[in-house]
Amino acid sequence: MSAQTSRAAATKPAAIVKSGAAGAAVFPGSDSRKYNYFEPKGRKATHYEDMTVDVQPDPERYLLQDWIISFPDGTPTYSKDWTAARSSNWHKFRAVDQEWERTHYQRQSTICGMVQNTIENGRKSGAPTRFDPAWAKILQNHLGAYKHAEFGLGTSTMQAQRYGYTQMVNNAILTNSSYKLRFAQDVTLYLSEIGLDLPGFDIAAGKKHWLEDPIWQGVRKSVESVMGSNDYLEQYFATNVVFEPLIGELFRSGFLMQAASAQNDFITPAVVSAAEADYERNLANTVELFHILGTDPTYGAQNIALFNKWLAKHADLALDAANHLQPIWSQPRVKVVAFADALAHAKNRIKGIAAELGLTVPANLAS
Amino acid sequence: MTASLTLNKITAQKGISIAEAANRVADLGWTPSYVQEAMTFPTDYKISKTPRDPMKQVLRSYFPMQEEKDNRVYGALDAALRGDMFRNVEPRWVEWMKLFLAIIPFPEISAARSMAMVGRLAPGEELRTGFTMQMVDEFRHSTIQMNLKKWYMENYIDPAGFDITEAAFGKCYATTIGRQFAEGFLTGDAITAANVYLTVVAETAFTNTLFVAMPSEAARNGDYALPTVFLSVQSDESRHIGNGHSMLMAMINDPSNHQLLERDLKYAFWQNHAIVDAAIGTFIEYGTTNRDKNKESYAELWHRWIYEDYYRTYMLPLEKYGIKIHHDDVAAAWDRIVKKNYVHKTAQFFTVGWSVNFWRIEAQTERDFEWFEHKYPGWYAEFGDFWKWHAKLSVPGETNILFNSEVGYSYPHRCWSCMVPCLIREDFVCDEVDGKIYTYCSEGCRWTHKVAFAAEYEGRATPAMGRFSGRREWEDCYHGWDVADAIKDLGFVRPDGKTMIAQPHLRFDAKDMWTLDHVRGHTLGSPLRGFRALSPIEREVATAEYRKGFKINPCH
Repeated sequence: MSAQTSRAAATKPAAIVKSGAAGAAVFPGSDSRKYNYFEPKGRKATHYEDMTVDVQPDPERYLLQDWIISFPDGTPTYSKDWTAARSSNWHKFRAVDQEWERTHYQRQSTICGMVQNTIENGRKSGAPTRFDPAWAKILQNHLGAYKHAEFGLGTSTMQAQRYGYTQMVNNAILTNSSYKLRFAQDVTLYLSEIGLDLPGFDIAAGKKHWLEDPIWQGVRKSVESVMGSNDYLEQYFATNVVFEPLIGELFRSGFLMQAASAQNDFITPAVVSAAEADYERNLANTVELFHILGTDPTYGAQNIALFNKWLAKHADLALDAANHLQPIWSQPRVKVVAFADALAHAKNRIKGIAAELGLTVPANLAS
Repeated sequence: MTASLTLNKITAQKGISIAEAANRVADLGWTPSYVQEAMTFPTDYKISKTPRDPMKQVLRSYFPMQEEKDNRVYGALDAALRGDMFRNVEPRWVEWMKLFLAIIPFPEISAARSMAMVGRLAPGEELRTGFTMQMVDEFRHSTIQMNLKKWYMENYIDPAGFDITEAAFGKCYATTIGRQFAEGFLTGDAITAANVYLTVVAETAFTNTLFVAMPSEAARNGDYALPTVFLSVQSDESRHIGNGHSMLMAMINDPSNHQLLERDLKYAFWQNHAIVDAAIGTFIEYGTTNRDKNKESYAELWHRWIYEDYYRTYMLPLEKYGIKIHHDDVAAAWDRIVKKNYVHKTAQFFTVGWSVNFWRIEAQTERDFEWFEHKYPGWYAEFGDFWKWHAKLSVPGETNILFNSEVGYSYPHRCWSCMVPCLIREDFVCDEVDGKIYTYCSEGCRWTHKVAFAAEYEGRATPAMGRFSGRREWEDCYHGWDVADAIKDLGFVRPDGKTMIAQPHLRFDAKDMWTLDHVRGHTLGSPLRGFRALSPIEREVATAEYRKGFKINPCH
């Protein structure tokens, strides 16, 4: 086409396509209707992958001009050095739970509704007043103390979600934080509400036990050690590979959920069950990430050595903390489950997780 | 049933008050005594007062509320398709969404990350729930915007540009400007970044033009999806504004913070103005086909949202705490928009550079000219011929406007600070930082790089403050490259391997579309390299010449 006829074409809008809808015209690229800049994990990209992958860029993937602001020491906006773990491909990880905003709100909202309905209906039928008085005291003091552990892990993962090298890693840690903080609040509000029906129920007692009761000091130390780590992946690892099976599940499933019904309490297991379901998802994401790192073709061996170090350090603290919780199992009037059995179950659980990750189980957990 | 009997009365039971619930939730925190909390991102500010939570909401009510908001958004997207929205949408508008939506999910998720930075710094736990909600909100915004973009890609006539979106984000000169906006949220001094720059200025002031004014323009162009998503996003912003203000109030009573606050309010305002007004002004004024003379222009919107709403009702009251407000900058920004044609010059620059974009830009027409002249008297004399040139040169076979000497456009320097080019020629400045010469669009941007982002501010050590880094001049990345090879390297080519994604028109016909061969034969260059190579005297002469500007030749 000559420049002159071209100019005429430009000023005369002939054959204008009226519709802006897909398929209204066919031209190069008119059928390119998929995000095409990343390799999906499966045959086709999932909606989660489309929402998540590459939103946090990096110089290895498309960032032509590099990071453009740095910290005063030259550290860029995101740095691989924020963890001692190494990866030959940080972009490989996909969260097993495939969460993006819509699925996250749907799930969280469903849980909020379930928990609130259970509490409301329970209170309406006068259920808290039929709790065994010794049990009500346990809820006040020990579930009241435990909610702070959940909060601590929630704030710790909230901190950790800043540091990951990809959007996939950070979003998985972010949803973990969101679940933990919601559950800490669920328990807080649950205790506050049943407290209205139980004369003498002291809502402040939980925090006192958390801060002062020797039973809880091991757990507090364990949580503070997670919060105190400067390595965000150590925080994520310690939370889901160590703390949750050895302390979280031990106390939630190994005690509260099993013992409650025998004390006339059908509400607490429903409230606490949400945390167990949350953990299954967080654990799946964690195992996927650390399995990728542990089998990394270049850095696998050094990562495994690092994870074994983290496992030994945090398991030591967590096991000591778990043993300190033992007296709680003796406090209900009706004894349903023995601490030793619950702990044995918790140890099996952590052994199972460690085996999946190819880690060496520390000697104190082996028996 | 008696008239006064309601379901609420039957089912109501005694509960705890919202304030009580918020207090108990805030009491979940404690000061660790066994192990110190992890090293956090540092700040030079002192925060000794506990920030208060103005919203007093708990997660139990937050999650269902957000789910309901989501249901409305996704329901509306379904309804838009059932109502055949894309049949009537204006492609001129949707094309600019390829740029806007490539940028915005990263600033959003950066804001989520930055909650880690302020969450740890704020004493007490009262505002923790506010920060948590903002973190999850920002996760919402980032992924809901990725979803909207995918939806456009699936349903709009020309998906090219949406299909490469995050790759394009990493490579395009225009998206890097947006990245400067985002990286500022989470890099450097934690309070500067996550509180002053993000929540106090970007969210309190500029989200109004981003998320309120722009969706209104979308609706005028037959796009009901953008308002649906972005007004829902904006409904979360009030919470973020509350977080920002509360944190600000926790610091403002300490006079030792005032110097830094004055620095950061000034820096944040000027960067937001330079970046957001360039982009959003262009989308609203040049992405629209609606030329209703009764609607507000971007300048009028700016006056309402930034001048009246932010400057007069939010910033000025800070003076009673002893903070010196940067009045001159507000006046200078207003002048840049109204008297110095900042938005029009940005749109002109995007159009000159159309071949290295990943969206289409069609020419403005006589109908548009009339509206611009009505809203911005004198517009036609300065820009009318340029847009006629763009129409004329929009067909394959013409010389690419970027290299066409007939037009009279002179390619600008890039601003090292805001990364928008130095478009207001008379304001162009240069300076030396750490032994190197840099170019800036304005005195405000020079000050930002040289004075604000430094290890010392007015004699006070600022060890936490960030630094500018990276290859900030985009042109330098392709210095000496043939433009066709650069476009290929950028990945801005359609699946046939030769047709460019960007086009200077909205003609959806293969025969009208430019290919790499149509642009080959011209070389890109870095203006800064040439400028640095000059002697000091030559540089002075070049600066004076640059400040004189250029004149577009008449287009017949």
